[in-house]
Amino acid sequence: MSEALVQLQRVTVQFDDRPVVDQVTLQASRGDIITIIGPNGAGKTTLIKTILGIQKASQGRVSLAPGLTIGYVPQHLTLEATLPLSVRRFMLLSGQSLTDCRAALKRTGVDHLLDASVHHLSGGEKQRLLLARALARKPDLLVLDEPAQGVDINGQAALYELIRELRDELHCAVIMISHDLHLVMAATDKVICLNQHVCCSGYPADISHDPAFIETFGHQVAESLAVYHHRHNHSHDLHGDVVDTKGTQGACNHEHH
Amino acid sequence: MSIIDAVLGDFFWRALIGGLGVALVAGPLGCFVVWRRLAYFGDTLAHSALLGIALSFLISVPLNLAVIITCVVIALALVLLSRTRVLATDTLLGILAHSALAIGLVALSFMPDVRVDLTGLLFGDLLAMNRQDLLWIYGGAAFVLTLLAILWRGLLMSTIHEELARVEGIPVERLRLALMLMFSLVIAVAMKIVGVLLITALLVIPAATARRLAKNPEHMVGLAVVFGFVAVAGGLSLSWHLDTPAGPSVVVTAFVSFLLVYSLARKPA
Repeated sequence: MSEALVQLQRVTVQFDDRPVVDQVTLQASRGDIITIIGPNGAGKTTLIKTILGIQKASQGRVSLAPGLTIGYVPQHLTLEATLPLSVRRFMLLSGQSLTDCRAALKRTGVDHLLDASVHHLSGGEKQRLLLARALARKPDLLVLDEPAQGVDINGQAALYELIRELRDELHCAVIMISHDLHLVMAATDKVICLNQHVCCSGYPADISHDPAFIETFGHQVAESLAVYHHRHNHSHDLHGDVVDTKGTQGACNHEHH
Repeated sequence: MSIIDAVLGDFFWRALIGGLGVALVAGPLGCFVVWRRLAYFGDTLAHSALLGIALSFLISVPLNLAVIITCVVIALALVLLSRTRVLATDTLLGILAHSALAIGLVALSFMPDVRVDLTGLLFGDLLAMNRQDLLWIYGGAAFVLTLLAILWRGLLMSTIHEELARVEGIPVERLRLALMLMFSLVIAVAMKIVGVLLITALLVIPAATARRLAKNPEHMVGLAVVFGFVAVAGGLSLSWHLDTPAGPSVVVTAFVSFLLVYSLARKPA
């Protein structure tokens, strides 16, 4: 096991004496994909902002490996319409060379948009642009806040697959927040279920049997996830089409539209 | 030497040269006002300039310096007060803007031996510009433009996405302070041109006009400077030929070019 890039020890964040993140301990090493799930208001975004250093911890310790480069993909790219901005200019503002920027755009599949205005991009294109921007910095740690927001269901699977591939290429750690439980369960190494405190954590296949998980998300969700995880027998290409891997059975039990 | 003297000896040319100097810095800063939605904030700083003027008479500090310091103090107070979240920022701005203006006016009325041209302060006195004013304007412009050039990437990035900028190690808070310092400086020098009540117009209108035609941020800044030039030159000609007040004429010209561009140009990228 390699050395931890990020380590949180009993981190608490309080707003007006109310703990939003309560005594969270976690660690991420190179190659890890950790997904934080939890109900609304569980403190997921606050937790990753604490990791990023945007939010100060009230108690506990956040330690990052020295010289760590973080690539951050925020929840939305809300842009002021009064600020004209092309994809090229937005990428170059990362301080990286045009070659690196183009390579990153190509990797996330949006290099054809180089000279487009960022104001004209679709939700999915914006997410890929943000991912490319994080990528151009060659991060050791990739932090994503609901990366699949505004992306249609087919694109979501492709996006999570891409994140997994990037983890392998960059040999970085990935920490992300997600609501897409089905996709998370299929694409993640480790899941942390947050509800202010860490209510359970572990591997996807195990966690869906955890009483704390069932209590948080209910029986139905837990059961459907367990089933889903075991029947995952296909993958998607970048356009979201189902690509058969070995021995297709056609038992595709989530929706493709 | 004699040519320079001939030009600077003429009040019309002094006004034009001074006005163009202000437009040069009002362009880029005006873009930040538009991008960061600081129009009302700019108004508040401009209003508090009057308080600065009153203070300069009270404790006999150079006028420009007193205005800059007052603006910086009000700007810092705004940042601190808005962090407490007791009141919404626009309410705070409304309170501070008009209180500062009112306190300034009341304080001036207590100094009967000080004769100030109130109309000039409120609406500008472009044609009364002297050589020392020109020095202030071009010195201030050189300082602000140099600072902007050095801080450009960080300022732009923290305007586009503050959190992303923070994660990338850009000192967002310090840049915010630098921007406020620049606003204060520009308000102190622009006051002479259009007066405290119309400064925001000189910042916002050329930048908003430029937005319609611009494809990237730097392009917008360049165009904002051009529209600022047009406003100053046009306003002064108007004032010269029709004997209208110079400051308001500058703003009217800016507004007319805004209307023209928005009715003629297609929707931008």
